[in-house]
Amino acid sequence: MRHSTGVFDPALSESRTIYLAHERDIVAARAAARELATAIGFGASDATAIITSVSEVARNVVEYAERGEIQIIADADDPSITVIASDEGPGIPDVQLALTDGYSTGNTLGLGLPGCRRLMDEFELVSVVGVGTTVTMKKRLRS
Amino acid sequence: MPIPTLRQGEFLIAPIQVDPTDEDVLLLATQLLERGGLRGVSAVIIDVSALDVIDSFMARSLRNITQALRLRGCETAVVGIQPQVAVTMVRLGLALPGIVTTLDLESGFEALHRRLRSRVE
Repeated sequence: MRHSTGVFDPALSESRTIYLAHERDIVAARAAARELATAIGFGASDATAIITSVSEVARNVVEYAERGEIQIIADADDPSITVIASDEGPGIPDVQLALTDGYSTGNTLGLGLPGCRRLMDEFELVSVVGVGTTVTMKKRLRS
Repeated sequence: MPIPTLRQGEFLIAPIQVDPTDEDVLLLATQLLERGGLRGVSAVIIDVSALDVIDSFMARSLRNITQALRLRGCETAVVGIQPQVAVTMVRLGLALPGIVTTLDLESGFEALHRRLRSRVE
């Protein structure tokens, strides 16, 4: 999509890849998410959910892995946004713990992952200590 | 890029521009702590109506700023959280405990006036 007309061309799909190395890149990731979510036609609430989730995972990459990348894919055919954030950082030793929903006690590992899982429709986390982490999330446009 | 602050009587108003970097937010915190400590300033209003995202970093920063300002004798209000941002914050579990939040600047002034008047001197 080169512009937002509200009319989908199923042949069109667009993605942005943002290299994450500096906290400034988190803003770039949010901007890309904002642009693509708007182009697909997400309403304000769902667009905010997507942009916020992107911000959280992008920040994790910068803070814990120092470097990585985030790919934001807009699919006009299956109207949705897919986010893939990957790094070659230290990895998460206890993935189950990291995904434990502890927000009600105010006690999370600060990775914001349980929150992202709540905000997005699909969520997958793969992490290997000493190798890296990949978070994949997807949100579909509701008709 | 520094976020401008406006002085109005005993109030300091800081409108956060659209999508600040983490560095912008930290700079704002420093500025507010400096200017919030000036004689005659007793309340700070942080206007977030231009923000379409409040993530965990921003929420943490707002909490830290409010707590630090309180130590300096200043009350803080965060005003103008947009509806979709409020919904997302609740879903993410990002509470702003102990922070006065209002719909807009005017109600922010009113809420802080009440707080300041009810302070035990």
